[in-house]
Amino acid sequence: MNITHPASAGSLESSDIIVTLKPARQGIRIDLESSVKEQFGAQIEKLISQTLEELGIDAAEVQAQDQGALDCTIKARTLVAAYRAADREDYDWEGINSWIG
Amino acid sequence: MTENSIDRDIPEPYASVFGLYKGQFARIHDYRRAQTRVHPRRPGESKLVDSIHEAIVKTGLESGMTISFHHHFREGDYVMNLVMEEIDKMGIKDLTIAPSSIANVHEPLINLIEKGVVTGITASGLRDKLGAAVSHGIMDKPVVIRSHGGRARAMASGDIHIDVAFIGAPSCDAYGNINGTSGKATCGSLGYARMDARYADQVVAITDSLVPYPNTPVSIPQTDVDYVVRVDAIGNPEGIAKGATRLTKNPKELLIAEYAAKVIAATDYFKNGFSFQTGTGGASLAVTRFLRPMMEEHGLKAGFALGGITNTMVEMMEAGQVDKILDVQDFDHPSALSLARNDNHYEIDAEMYASPLSKGSVVNQLDVAILSALEVDTGFNVNVLTGSDGVIRGASGGHSDTAAACRMSMIVAPLVRGRIPTVVDRVTTVVTPGDSVDVVVTEYGVAVNPRREDLNTMLDGLDVPRLDINQLRDKAYAITGTPDPIRFKDRTVALVEYRDGSLIDAVHEV
Repeated sequence: MNITHPASAGSLESSDIIVTLKPARQGIRIDLESSVKEQFGAQIEKLISQTLEELGIDAAEVQAQDQGALDCTIKARTLVAAYRAADREDYDWEGINSWIG
Repeated sequence: MTENSIDRDIPEPYASVFGLYKGQFARIHDYRRAQTRVHPRRPGESKLVDSIHEAIVKTGLESGMTISFHHHFREGDYVMNLVMEEIDKMGIKDLTIAPSSIANVHEPLINLIEKGVVTGITASGLRDKLGAAVSHGIMDKPVVIRSHGGRARAMASGDIHIDVAFIGAPSCDAYGNINGTSGKATCGSLGYARMDARYADQVVAITDSLVPYPNTPVSIPQTDVDYVVRVDAIGNPEGIAKGATRLTKNPKELLIAEYAAKVIAATDYFKNGFSFQTGTGGASLAVTRFLRPMMEEHGLKAGFALGGITNTMVEMMEAGQVDKILDVQDFDHPSALSLARNDNHYEIDAEMYASPLSKGSVVNQLDVAILSALEVDTGFNVNVLTGSDGVIRGASGGHSDTAAACRMSMIVAPLVRGRIPTVVDRVTTVVTPGDSVDVVVTEYGVAVNPRREDLNTMLDGLDVPRLDINQLRDKAYAITGTPDPIRFKDRTVALVEYRDGSLIDAVHEV
């Protein structure tokens, strides 16, 4: 999957996260703001990276504003932002289910 | 660094100056009550002065002294900001302030700390922006956090000596008789302010309702008051009830409250004449909602309710379910009005409420305390002071006082708040030691402190999920993930006194 333009998913409600993906030349760069950054920042960044990796995205600039979202929410928002940024709607649910846990 | 008896590092020189926490009742000893200076009045002299400025001049307040305020107006307080603004204009510096607590509304203190007007703080807690500023190292001297009973003890034993107390007086006569039940900004009980009146060298009453002599009932007597000032407004009554006392509709909090009430009803303490105190959190307040029908069903009446009084307790008293209310502070307006109206609603001071070094405080007579927590750990230690990011944002209050002294202390809290686990391996800051905490109630079930085998037996057959505290932590971490430890800097920004004056923990700069 390739990111062709900027796109976001999520909200600023508590327990949610907004994930914004932008095209990049190479590598994943994550800029995370989080109300729980001290305790969970590293885990959240890792989760976003892993989700993008599973989608076959190896270049993206990621902005994430987190309000204490749980892992399931972070994965869902990252996934949807990626599909939107790649202009794809052909969600492969079975494929996604196999790794999203 | 030195470690106290619950494995908390206390930095020097504070460990030597204050002493290390060694156990709940390790430092109960005989002592002489602190002395105060008295400036007697001759017949014909007036105490009335024209302005806060004139009162400050007359007290001879100067740099380096300690002053105090009370927090009965909570988020509606105008007095501290009015007085501090005048002190700043007069060029007085290097003051220690010893208010009973500090609210969000006292944010102007940040500027006064930056200017060197305030260089020392001791209080029950710090909120919001001031808490954040202190945690980020705005002060050179650490803030000393004291529980309500601990503050009373510190005043009686002379650990805090107040040069001038500024007391917001809902009503006052020109000779200094004060009460909190009449006037414009009625806060009800003046239980914390009564300590300041008794133990400060000089007392300035600041009122917006000057009434004819003698102002009765007398909560703070003329014999403790040096000057009286009239101002336009001392507080906003709306602010007194702000935040703390909402009646929850949150199903999670209601489930916790229901479990808590069932636990109470299953114990031997649930009998005619039992006593209780509730905190101000949503779940804590809701416990009484579930307890009331259970009391009816069993034909039980409570002997007294203590605290922090809310309208729920007043309703129970007026419905004949509670005989008496012992009131150190009111959290809403109906409670303040009840103090004026009901003979069985009785005002007590902070020493009588909770001091560990009084000749017996009311908490020693208390059966059940229902308390909240930001964090509780697998050793049952409780944090009500620092957020999970390590920033000071709460207050010690009467938490450690009631928990230590009552027959059953109960923590009611959601297992997780957003992504923040409440039940953890090790709390960020200990305010109440695990030895004082008997039961933890969450929406996933109840954990009893293994120290309380007797309580475990009482709860046999209870239809509430029972877990051990490690299982509760595992459930929390399964939802949130295991939190990484917070990285603190070396500098100490706050010292947490246990109620007996020893240090139970220290808070570091973030």
